[in-house]
Amino acid sequence: MASQKITLAKGLNAGLRRAMEQDPKVVLMGEDVGKLGGVFRITEGLQKDFGEDRVIDTPLAESGIVGTAVGLALRGYRPVVEIQFDGFVYPAFDQIVSQVAKMHSRSLGHLKLPMVIRIPCGGGIGAVEHHSESNEAYFAHTAGLRVVTCANPADAYWMIQQAISCDDPVILFEPKRRYHERGEVDIDESAGPTLGLHDAAVVREGTDLTLLCYGPMVKTCLQAANAAEQEGKSLEVVDLRTLSPLDVDTIVASAKKTGRVVVVHEASTFLGMGGELAAQVQQQCFYHLEAPVLRVGGYNIPYPPSRYEQEFLPNLDRVLDAVDRSLAY
Amino acid sequence: MSAPERPDSAGSTASEPIRHHETTVPPPATRDITDGGPDMVQFVDGDGQRIGITEANEPYAAIVEAMTPEDAQSMYRDLVLVRRIDAEGHALQRQGELGLWPSLLGQEAAQVGAGRALRPQDYAFPGYREHGVGWCRGVPPENVFGMFRGVNHGGWDSNANNFHLYTIVIGNQMLNATGYAMGIQRDGAVGTQDPDRDAAVMAFTGDGGTAQGDYNEALVFASVANAPVVFFVQNNQWAISEPNHKQFRIPPYQRARGFGFPGVRVDGNDVLAVYATSTAALDAARSGQGPTLIEAFTYRLGAHTTSDDPTKYRVAAEVDVWKEKDPIKRMRGFMESKDHADPDFFTAIDEEADELAARIRKACQEMPDPPLPHMFDDVYAEPHSLVAAEKAEFVAFHESFEAEGAH
Ligand SMILES: Cc1ncc(C[n+]2csc(CCOP(=O)(O)OP(=O)(O)O)c2C)c(N)n1
Repeated sequence: MASQKITLAKGLNAGLRRAMEQDPKVVLMGEDVGKLGGVFRITEGLQKDFGEDRVIDTPLAESGIVGTAVGLALRGYRPVVEIQFDGFVYPAFDQIVSQVAKMHSRSLGHLKLPMVIRIPCGGGIGAVEHHSESNEAYFAHTAGLRVVTCANPADAYWMIQQAISCDDPVILFEPKRRYHERGEVDIDESAGPTLGLHDAAVVREGTDLTLLCYGPMVKTCLQAANAAEQEGKSLEVVDLRTLSPLDVDTIVASAKKTGRVVVVHEASTFLGMGGELAAQVQQQCFYHLEAPVLRVGGYNIPYPPSRYEQEFLPNLDRVLDAVDRSLAY
Repeated sequence: MSAPERPDSAGSTASEPIRHHETTVPPPATRDITDGGPDMVQFVDGDGQRIGITEANEPYAAIVEAMTPEDAQSMYRDLVLVRRIDAEGHALQRQGELGLWPSLLGQEAAQVGAGRALRPQDYAFPGYREHGVGWCRGVPPENVFGMFRGVNHGGWDSNANNFHLYTIVIGNQMLNATGYAMGIQRDGAVGTQDPDRDAAVMAFTGDGGTAQGDYNEALVFASVANAPVVFFVQNNQWAISEPNHKQFRIPPYQRARGFGFPGVRVDGNDVLAVYATSTAALDAARSGQGPTLIEAFTYRLGAHTTSDDPTKYRVAAEVDVWKEKDPIKRMRGFMESKDHADPDFFTAIDEEADELAARIRKACQEMPDPPLPHMFDDVYAEPHSLVAAEKAEFVAFHESFEAEGAH
């Protein structure tokens, strides 16, 4: 086993490299992805090794990036697009929801649009405005798109490859504040992913309550579960990994097992993923529930200036407070 | 105008002194929308008389000279059949068979001229009015009717005729076309000198579409990539109710230069001129010289769509002027003056148009509604658990009524 301890960023880089080696039709495109390797260095070294035709530095125009990637995909390429920051995907929103999401269906299956849109997501890095948003719900709401998010280096390595080989368009949300955290990744040539692209993972087993989370919040929830354990509470943590399609079976199994669910995400709770998760659990586990499903998320305000962000983002205290409220029923 | 000027290899254009604070833009009100101006490439006048060599048409004259009477005949045939398909679309909408019809009346020459310049391996990205281009690509008109009837959102196999699905969101297809052209580049299908291999893309939009961000981004991407794409703007003078001067101060063909590649204005009602400029631009693209913008100066004679009422925003006199520039009348006049066809030819084409109309009308009327559960199919290429679950629920729900009815 060639298991290595690498960062999430490096996991993505290694995954991209492997996908590009395996399939000459894979092309990367985005702002500054070439020589610089992207502002987060996810594509570092790839242009040097694969050339400018496969790692394309694009003009600074997000609709242009996604819209031309659509054309490349129609021509048989598998473009992997980098959006520099979450808050800058909006100029491309039209292309994503009008063309990317609908091409297969409007062509009655004649056209496939295998492309990946990578979006560094979420806050916690002390950035200026438009650099810390969690906009996954916009995309998960749109039929025709697949939306996934990685929370650790091993998932980063495999999910990017699975996303690239998928025949549907995939949006991959990358938790930017976890880019530099390390974890074991088996990058041996013979190794394969242990989970499907659309499987949720029970990353910690427990019996008293389920924390449903994804992306940057997985680490926070694991920390909360560890803290709760000190007080004798056994929390199960489910990393959703996939938002569309949702792995409802894993979610429901965990909810039935523990009888209590708290959803944790960075995005504003109003009309966020938490609403959908609460509804699914309520519809399918009504008689198993000991408490209403609670949500911990961002407030219904624009992502605040960084001096406030530790209050906006769900932290250990807010998660544990919700756990206590649930257990009090 | 001289031959379209292309940037040299270093990317700079021929130097001209830059004059600051000097505008050459006339106030909008002084523009005559019936006159394309001296830059406009034209080969046949309103009466069908061949125009001699001018500064504007000189770079394209050889292409027109090379055309045979048979070429003219088959072009004329396309013009007439396309007009007939369009008329049928309009009639079928009025009979309740189609939900909507965007007519191309008046724009036949622009579309046939461009469509016929494409080679099989080229690819066309239409808006929603390009029935004539589709016809030239060999797309059955019924396919288009199906979309406007509401049985699907297009549904044809774009790769069967290299004619992409219609695009309703104005501007989107210009970027998709540019990306496709970048793919052609990466496939090495540019500049090989093999006429069956070198390929280009043609992207269609209207004058209103030139205001969209995606259109302008497409021009930037195509320019910096030197992509083999021809942007074909049908300036039919109106974007629903909004005239040209609500969309731009500088006409589209002049704007191309600012993006770093040539722009040409062509008489969009002169099929020979459109064919010639399109052929030249596509040849340039295929041979690796990069993009060209063609503005076909034309007019939408009918309503924007069957839902529109043009009497609210334009005067009949304007329409009358343009009726005089009818592209079919002009081509016929040209052919008669050159003795390119006898009267039987024209009669035979009219009869063929009648037959085509009857056939496609029948096909449209007999088009079945799609089976209900099919709306869940093809949302994704690979299985998606939510769509699968909802489809199963939907089918069970409908079967529950059938079960009730059976008792
Ligand atoms: C993004 C977008 N905005 C608005 C519309 C509604 N709409 C349909 S056609 C049209 C006018 C288009 O005019 P033009 O580009 O000149 O093309 P034409 O219809 O004249 O061929 C508008 C506003 C649309 N389809 N897409």
